[in-house]
Amino acid sequence: MNSPAPSPAKPTTTRRFPVREVILFGALLVAILGVYAVMGAAYSTRMLVEASCYAILALGLTIQWGYAGQFNAGVMGFVAIGGFSAMLFSVPVNDAFWGTELPGELGRVLLYLIGSVLLVIGATRLHRFGVPKKLRTVIAVVLAVVLYLVVLSMLRGVTGEIQSRAGFIGGLGLPAWTGWIVGGALAGSIGYFIGHICLGLRSDYLAIATLGIAEIIKAFLKNSDWLTRGTATVSPLPWPTPGPSELGFTLARALYLSVTAALIAVIFFLLHRAYHAPWGRMIRAIRDNEVSAAAMGKDINRRRLEIFVLGCILMGIGGGALASFNSLFDPQGYLPLNHTFLVLVMVILGGPGNNLGTLFGAVAVYIIWLMSEPLALFLMNMAVYVGEGVFGWEPPGNLDSRALQARVFVIGLLITLVLRFAPQGLLPEKIKHHD
Amino acid sequence: MNELVFFINNVVIAGSVTGSIYAIGAIGVTLVFSIMRFAHFAHADMMTFGAFMVLLLTLAFPGVGAVVGLPTPVVMLPLAMVLTALLAVGIDKAFYKPLRAHGVKPIVLVIGSLGVTLMLQGLIRLFAGTSAQSLYIGERKEIYRLDLPFELATRPVIVTEPQIILFILTITAVVSLHLFLNRSRLGKAMRAMSDNPDLARASGINTNTIVAVTWVIAGGLAAVAGTLLSLDVTFKPDLSFFLLLPIFAAAIVGGVGHPYGAIAGGFVVGFAETLAVFNWTVLLRPVQHHFPEWLELPRNLAFVGTEYKIVVPFFILVAILVWRPTGIFKGKVI
Repeated sequence: MNSPAPSPAKPTTTRRFPVREVILFGALLVAILGVYAVMGAAYSTRMLVEASCYAILALGLTIQWGYAGQFNAGVMGFVAIGGFSAMLFSVPVNDAFWGTELPGELGRVLLYLIGSVLLVIGATRLHRFGVPKKLRTVIAVVLAVVLYLVVLSMLRGVTGEIQSRAGFIGGLGLPAWTGWIVGGALAGSIGYFIGHICLGLRSDYLAIATLGIAEIIKAFLKNSDWLTRGTATVSPLPWPTPGPSELGFTLARALYLSVTAALIAVIFFLLHRAYHAPWGRMIRAIRDNEVSAAAMGKDINRRRLEIFVLGCILMGIGGGALASFNSLFDPQGYLPLNHTFLVLVMVILGGPGNNLGTLFGAVAVYIIWLMSEPLALFLMNMAVYVGEGVFGWEPPGNLDSRALQARVFVIGLLITLVLRFAPQGLLPEKIKHHD
Repeated sequence: MNELVFFINNVVIAGSVTGSIYAIGAIGVTLVFSIMRFAHFAHADMMTFGAFMVLLLTLAFPGVGAVVGLPTPVVMLPLAMVLTALLAVGIDKAFYKPLRAHGVKPIVLVIGSLGVTLMLQGLIRLFAGTSAQSLYIGERKEIYRLDLPFELATRPVIVTEPQIILFILTITAVVSLHLFLNRSRLGKAMRAMSDNPDLARASGINTNTIVAVTWVIAGGLAAVAGTLLSLDVTFKPDLSFFLLLPIFAAAIVGGVGHPYGAIAGGFVVGFAETLAVFNWTVLLRPVQHHFPEWLELPRNLAFVGTEYKIVVPFFILVAILVWRPTGIFKGKVI
């Protein structure tokens, strides 16, 4: 990562007073208080909770991009997996499904699936028994195709049955945090799969593959009506804390905020320790000069995989917290703009590789993002007003959805400008220099 | 026999249509990759931009096509190619060149191109809206039904006018690109630069010119691909990320930096997609009576549902990255 590599600052032995940090966080505090004064406590607390969930995502991305220089263009997919897992674990049990023979049927198909996977793996080992390698490959491929078609048509039958008789399989009725943890694990295992394939190759390939897997995850969640109810959406998702019906909106949201804040504090502390530990130094050494790190005997691909999976786990957890808070699982609500590029802007604007900067970026960018929606609509209405008055222009009907596209443009412009003029972000990563 | 006709209509023709569109898109991606060494994520939106320009020009001059005897969008295509090429050169000057001058790593350019793709997306959707529109305004898509000279085939093979135009344009584009790269001075300079930029610079090749020419070609081809796609179906402003994956898969399958490989890769990905969503029961039904009793054909025997089409290029991408990361034609840069 050449661009974020800072111009060497004067090596200072004394601890300088963090002027920049204090000013930026002071301004952020003023902005938050301003939002509280204008929009009311309930709305502003909601904004803070969502910002804190985004901060978890941003921390996940900052260790991938900032610590290790890996670019993940599919944050959305990992967030969606986290949200799905939170939904699956926390939604009440659906008796219309569990009361029938359908779970057994589904389990049978899953067993067949496992059996056929084992069979195909066995076929790929056939050369150990003296089968020629070419023949082995042919056998394995044909077997895989046939078994895939068989299992797929069985699965289609069972899932169609589930959909028509029970709606969807429902949840497990467990507390929401179990879903968050499993969501992190799921996201991590998908990250392992992707990282295992791409991390040894050019860094561009990782971006392409993550972009692809994010769209695939979204397509899967959107179309698997038996699992997620698809476009019909699942709501409400239970909260890990007492809900608004018991405590009122502001207090309940504040309680949720304390949970996410505690989560961030733990993650922040652990990341801080890891960053300054030998492990963190090794990761940065790999980022800054791969060849010399390899020459020192570091296992580059393995370390990269570690950090990529770690980032994905954080994204899964953050996605779970976000979905639980919204109390709604809507696969179509996952958009590359809201869940990938917004997080990217948070990280590169706040300061990649600097956890404090990332936190600042997450909260600041999220406030700007929320406030920009009414602003875009207002500007568009102004433009329409002027256009109608001066040129007699007939505005098209779907103006609101178009006005929101202006935000896409602004996010894109922001990314390119930050990369060009402030590649280290507002709070740059501090590099220690030893003379 | 009718099943075979169904197969031809749904796989052979549809596959070559998507294949040629991916191929033209992938050539642009692979050229940019070989000259500037980064994956250009804004390519799909440049395609959309080209198609949008065609739509605007067709709306402005709807009667031109009737004079020449071709559909108006096709007549407007050269103009749209020029506009898109200008856009591509402008984008490079405004966004990528400063980054290159800073000597950043390729991955930073990738992020920059993602920023550019969002900007293009925002602008196009701001002006075009988000709904699909047909490029045929006031004209009719001609449909040709070719009857097969067999007794049993009662259904015709169906080809539409835009598909024929598409085949002709693809062949023209490929042949002229081949002539350009192999015969012209500039084309040879481009190949030299993709082989070894430092050596090319040292032997007196003006690398700035080469970069500009690459963008002109990439932009022009992107306009062609976007227009052909919109002619075949409709103009959809929100395709970009769904197009990006097959195009990159095609470029990587063919070997990055390898224009002919990109063409082959485009067809591989296009045919793989149509074969995967094809319902094989249709072909197996006529021979069902040869099967044993217990083997019952399911109603739907497609590998993936149409809604999971995007899995196919991803699977191909993963497979090629695992087994042969240099691509089938051994790309130069990996």
